[in-house]
Amino acid sequence: MSNKSDQQSVNRRQFIGGTVAAVGALTIAPGVILHAATEDDKASSGASSEHRWGMVIDSNKCAEGCNACVDACNNEHGLEGHDRPETDAVWIRAVKLKDKQTGHVNRLVMMCQHCEHPPCVDVCPTNASFKRDDGIVLVDRHRCIGCRYCMMACPYKARSFVHEALSDQSVNAPRGKGCVESCTLCVHRVDAGVMQTACQEACEKEGHAAIIFGDLKDPNSEISRVLKSNNSVQIRADLELNTGVRYLNL
Amino acid sequence: MSKLYYRELYCGTPVRFWMGLALLGSFIAIGLGAAYYMEHNGHWVTGMSNQMVWGLPHVFAIFLIVAASGALNVASIGSVFGGPLYKPLGRFSSLLAIGLLAGGLMVLVLDLGRPDRLIVAMTEYNFKSIFAWNVILYSGFFAIVGVYLWTMIDRSVARYKRTVGFAAFFWRIALTTGTGSIFGFLVAREAYDAAIMAPMFVIMSFSYGLAFFIITLIAAYIWGDRELGDLRLTRLKNLLGVFVGAVLYFTLAYNLTNLYVTQHHGIERFVLLDGGIYTQMFWIGQILIGSIVPLFLIYSPAFEKSRWAIAVASVAVLIGGFFQIYVIVIGGQAYPMNLFPGKEVIESGFYDGQVINYMPTVPEAALGIAGIAVALAMVAVGARVFKVFPETLED
Repeated sequence: MSNKSDQQSVNRRQFIGGTVAAVGALTIAPGVILHAATEDDKASSGASSEHRWGMVIDSNKCAEGCNACVDACNNEHGLEGHDRPETDAVWIRAVKLKDKQTGHVNRLVMMCQHCEHPPCVDVCPTNASFKRDDGIVLVDRHRCIGCRYCMMACPYKARSFVHEALSDQSVNAPRGKGCVESCTLCVHRVDAGVMQTACQEACEKEGHAAIIFGDLKDPNSEISRVLKSNNSVQIRADLELNTGVRYLNL
Repeated sequence: MSKLYYRELYCGTPVRFWMGLALLGSFIAIGLGAAYYMEHNGHWVTGMSNQMVWGLPHVFAIFLIVAASGALNVASIGSVFGGPLYKPLGRFSSLLAIGLLAGGLMVLVLDLGRPDRLIVAMTEYNFKSIFAWNVILYSGFFAIVGVYLWTMIDRSVARYKRTVGFAAFFWRIALTTGTGSIFGFLVAREAYDAAIMAPMFVIMSFSYGLAFFIITLIAAYIWGDRELGDLRLTRLKNLLGVFVGAVLYFTLAYNLTNLYVTQHHGIERFVLLDGGIYTQMFWIGQILIGSIVPLFLIYSPAFEKSRWAIAVASVAVLIGGFFQIYVIVIGGQAYPMNLFPGKEVIESGFYDGQVINYMPTVPEAALGIAGIAVALAMVAVGARVFKVFPETLED
């Protein structure tokens, strides 16, 4: 049993000890170095908790056959399709609903609801999904490892995974193959002081004005006034996520 | 009882060992090639999509990770609960656990959108995320089970064996709780969001891990031309029967709870009645092949001492387990999320309200199979360089 011809005489302990030490060092060292290098990057983004950006969507005004907001979003963020609807990125989508009991038909648009308690942020292992102080939920494309757990966790199917290499990206929204993304509430506009999202702009241009964007914390903003004087709902309100996007006439 | 000697596992002929290893190596090479293909082109070349977020690689990965912690049970029974018949199998149990976890993690990591950023996952933690906890639980498992194996092999540290064994046992329970909680904590989808997922995954791990253990043990003793007694195998077989029954019980409790809650009738109807392939996988895969057939083979007096029946029962448990995880992971996503209760979706730009189609592709399967090959290759090499197998396991 013990004298097989191909048995080797390696100093096993030395070999194992050395291997364990080397693997350990290789695993930890780059992390320590990278970690030190990124400390500076944690500087404040400048977003202020004095605002909470949100939207209200009036289902009655969302016009049949209109896709202007979706097209505008795609243009603004450089989301180009590849004729593969199952894997193409979708940040905003139109949905038509019929009440099972009454037959009443509604139309609305769905996107990231920018929750106060976002499940995507809770489940993200690397803090790539995060919520800014002003309530905008974003993905840090430098930190996303592409595990897609946030897509599993999002109750609104609001997120897309970049399934292919990208070229000619829009400067408004840097994207990355293998990362997850979703509606940014046109954060590039907000940070530049433009208080109108691409979808809202397009909807107004079409004459529907079904989308109002604004500051939920400013009692004088249009969105606050509309929400105060109308009955609005949150989608999946049962989850108590306190969404930043609200719906009228749904 | 005569003294126990452990020896490195050598095949009857060196050619057999190297050929076996080469075969496993080729599966691994194909799997790595498939991972490169998927990473290079992007995930659109797979069956996964924005609708079917996790696919076949995740089924393989979760299956192997769950089985890994279960494979450690035999060692735990030996050194924590003091089962004398199990003690000689402790070393192999630990080695198999390490191998299975390595295989599962390889699949999981290579399916990431950005596997090159693994270092981010290891340095940046969101402690509210069960995934982040799992990164710690999985890496810690390697370390603890590695030390456990060391205390079992090296007599100079043998006095720590029981303490480390306890730590490993609790760690493995935490690990599978963490894996089950990946689904248990998902409020968005009707098939998940259930606390029972955590203990159910623990009991699933007992069952799959032991089935893996029995098959590889029998294979190893055939491979190395060594004696394996019936008494020990019968013990393992009876234990497997208990675990298979326990998984059935948890499945029953999970489905009955859902059937009571009106909101969950849709997903139950989907899995139990009209979900097509998923319904078939549940009834034929999990219940018939994975539970009824093995229970019959294990408890029927006609097969009391049949080694063949034990092996077939173990393989059936593994096949059933694979289908069970497939139904949980894929079936749970295929069933549409109910965003608008009481409403029917007439039109949607993103497949709202529709059952999601998913057809796994060859590269996904190749990556998953490579995970199993990694586990087996690690066991084959580990058993050859370490003294993990007793020279004989005669009764």
